[in-house]
Amino acid sequence: MSEWITICQINDLIPQTGICALVKNEHVAIFRPTENKELYAISNIDPFAKASVLSRGLIGEHKGDLWVASPLKKQRFRLKDGVCLEDVAYNIKAYDVRVSNDSVEIRVD
Amino acid sequence: MDPIKLIIIGNGMVGHKFVDELYNKADQNQFDVTIFCAEPYVAYDRVHLSSYFSDYQASSLSLVPQGFYENHHVQLLLGEQAVSIDCQKKEVYGASGCIVPYDKLVIATGSNAYVPPIPGADGKDCFVYRSLTDLDKIADCAKRSKVGAVVGGGLLGLEAAGALRKLRIETHVVEFAPILMCEQLDEMGGQLLRKKIEAMDITIHTHKNTKQIIDAEHGKIMQFADGSSIAIDFIVFATGIRPNDALAKQSQLLIGQKGGIQINEYCQTSNPDIYAIGECAVWNSQIFGLVAPGYKMAQIAIDHLLGEDTAPFVGADMSAKLKLLGVDVGSIGDAKGRTPSANSYIYLDEKQEIYKRLIVSGDNKKLLGAVLVGDTSDYGNLLQLMLNQIDLPEHPDALILPSYTGSKPIIGVESLPDSAPICSCLDVTKGQIVAAIQAGCHTVDEIKATTKAGTGCGGCIPMVTQVLNAELSKQGIEVKKQLCAHFAYTRQELYHLIKVGNIKTFQELLEKHGQGYGCEICKPTAASLFASCWNEYVLKPELVSLQDSNDNFLGNIQKDGTYSIIPRSAGGEITPDGLIAVGEIAKKYNLYSKITGSQRIALFGAKLNELPEIWKALIAAGFETGHAYAKALRMAKTCVGSEWCRFGVGDSVAFGVEIENRYKGIRTPHKMKIGVSGCTRECAEAQGKDIGLIATEKGWNLYVCGNGGMTPRHADLLAGNLDRETVVKYMDRFMMFYIRTADKLQRTAVWLQSLEGGIDYLRSVIIDDKLGINAELEKDITGLREQFKCEWKETVENPQYQKRFAHFMNSDLPDNFVQMVSERQQHRPAKPEERIFS
Repeated sequence: MSEWITICQINDLIPQTGICALVKNEHVAIFRPTENKELYAISNIDPFAKASVLSRGLIGEHKGDLWVASPLKKQRFRLKDGVCLEDVAYNIKAYDVRVSNDSVEIRVD
Repeated sequence: MDPIKLIIIGNGMVGHKFVDELYNKADQNQFDVTIFCAEPYVAYDRVHLSSYFSDYQASSLSLVPQGFYENHHVQLLLGEQAVSIDCQKKEVYGASGCIVPYDKLVIATGSNAYVPPIPGADGKDCFVYRSLTDLDKIADCAKRSKVGAVVGGGLLGLEAAGALRKLRIETHVVEFAPILMCEQLDEMGGQLLRKKIEAMDITIHTHKNTKQIIDAEHGKIMQFADGSSIAIDFIVFATGIRPNDALAKQSQLLIGQKGGIQINEYCQTSNPDIYAIGECAVWNSQIFGLVAPGYKMAQIAIDHLLGEDTAPFVGADMSAKLKLLGVDVGSIGDAKGRTPSANSYIYLDEKQEIYKRLIVSGDNKKLLGAVLVGDTSDYGNLLQLMLNQIDLPEHPDALILPSYTGSKPIIGVESLPDSAPICSCLDVTKGQIVAAIQAGCHTVDEIKATTKAGTGCGGCIPMVTQVLNAELSKQGIEVKKQLCAHFAYTRQELYHLIKVGNIKTFQELLEKHGQGYGCEICKPTAASLFASCWNEYVLKPELVSLQDSNDNFLGNIQKDGTYSIIPRSAGGEITPDGLIAVGEIAKKYNLYSKITGSQRIALFGAKLNELPEIWKALIAAGFETGHAYAKALRMAKTCVGSEWCRFGVGDSVAFGVEIENRYKGIRTPHKMKIGVSGCTRECAEAQGKDIGLIATEKGWNLYVCGNGGMTPRHADLLAGNLDRETVVKYMDRFMMFYIRTADKLQRTAVWLQSLEGGIDYLRSVIIDDKLGINAELEKDITGLREQFKCEWKETVENPQYQKRFAHFMNSDLPDNFVQMVSERQQHRPAKPEERIFS
């Protein structure tokens, strides 16, 4: 049974940055790469340092995809699916995210 | 096989070059080498002779590294003049009576100064300008003289005039031709050069034919053919050279009609076992009075001697790029436009005193020559266009217009043939450079070390860089020039685009000059540039998304996602009340405390959501941000200085506090540190800092571009014994020039190494205002200083900026990944395996 949990309002997200949400005990990073309402969500835990920091990373474009670079050692994770560019052994979880009536929602299973 | 007995007569620049190159190419045991050196010094740099008067150290002009001849087992006969050659017995006789046999002989006796047959020219206190011994005599005479004349306004004459000025002699230059440097310059170029030299208090007399020199009661009178005269104390003749061919004449070698030892295209004289190279040689009735052709002859003679394939000597290009009395002068090819139907393009900037002229063929297709005075930055490009007969762009005048006019055509190095000479000083071709790149040299420094290209006058470095970049991109290796996939510009170029275009947001920068979305390379670079140009609050919505990890939350992020907090304690000063306040705050928030390497207190382990309240408390206690998280001026480290220290000479703490406050928070390409020491004991380690100040009895010595860290570098002295006002002025300019021109994340030490001309160039920019930008630099830095605000104060005073410091957007719970374990009475972050999750 999956459900959508409301995290915050879209305007709580400054364009081109991310935030961290607590979703059923998991730390989830939600990114808003542009002015519009397109959002991405992946785990907030940097799997290399095991620290809850990815929402604080810089968003960058490489090879046509959007990635976040960890603020610690700059490894990059693909926003749409959590793939790690440097080492696929460190891929992380991606979450479904949507905007509904300006509310940011994450799906939990 | 027995070694070949090789004698080199003459140990000037070319004679030494021959030996140096010989050991680069031949085996140590292949030759048994003897050098006859008539002068009491080993080979020295005759081109920069006047610098002898700056330090009087013959050793600093020496071209021979310590122990070079000994290590190669060369027999050096110092002070021994070769007086005759027996070509039958194959022996050379020295003035002391020594006899040395040879199999092969190289004559590199150079030239003698020519003194015109003017009555009185052979009198007392008349000198020539050729050797260190001549210089010693001139210096001696200068001690008892006030006024000196240099006869000859050519290259050597102006160099001599510079030497006289260094000796504080009132200097006259007397030239027969209507302009200075008439061999190299056209009329307008010569006039501008004259104006610049006259501004240095040197009196120039052109069109003067010296008729006689009369000894007066005090000094001498020079009388000219036009009836005028000047009174002087001594005269230096710099009226040209004559090949030193006496030895060859006496040995029956063939001599040219106007003198000089005749050589063929392999530098052999009429006796095939004897070579002649440099200014003593004459090829095709031409004598080559520059060092570069002499070096080329040395190369050819070596290759021929070793039986290797070599391109024959076919003359040499006499183009030249020089610095005379601090003035840049360049002359290429047909500088006077004598070629029939040639056309000219002329650029004149009277304010900056720059003159450039292009001489192009009648059909506008080829470059025939050029004259450059005051700015020789185009020299390398133009020389290549001329030497390789490359088709000119549609509008050749664009080649000499200032770069701010935009779209300055650069000749594609791809169009150059492999045989194209890139470095004319050391005679290195494009093909040789390409070969070095293919063999693995991927930086300009490596190419310089391997091929020697660019190690002479350095004028070809831009061209070498172009060859490197072109070749690397051909090989598919990314060239550093481009910042990233989103911007095809360097940091320096982006700085200008932002500044000139008044660009304040990344979106605008991307739309106007970039492509795509941006990335973790270009975003922080842009953030740093915006800060360096406009110094706005870095967390404002338009800028916040560009900030790198530390700037992003105004603290240094640690391995567990917590931050360190470093308040400013300018100059390392902190009051007891301040210490107590910091201690209480550290206790309250359970922060690990230590002293940093920069004389500041750091508090570690602050959680993201705690940062605003901790800073609020610090600010209330009178602190402000220390910018330890920023690529910016961090701090000034000081020793205790003359107020307390019994050895102190200068008040280093007061000065350190003042300059730290002056520059605090200004974003720079990389972090910057200052050190201020109150005496030469140097307790603040100022010479390991980007800017270092050391007090002297007379003021302050200003050092720049030092570094500690991974590649330590001692700073260079920019200027000595300055008053505080001048120090600050130079520092203003230095910082802004660094901000403008460095590459991204390039510390000052590396930046200096990348500046063509190094510390001398930097000095000419900052002290002599060579680029004419100092007023602008000072204005820019003042603008940045006026914009300074404590960004933590701004943050704690504006609740809307604090929202993003929450760890969870949807919960007040703390980050449970941040856990501590005790260590040495304080604590450290728990390792992942030590963490406990409930």
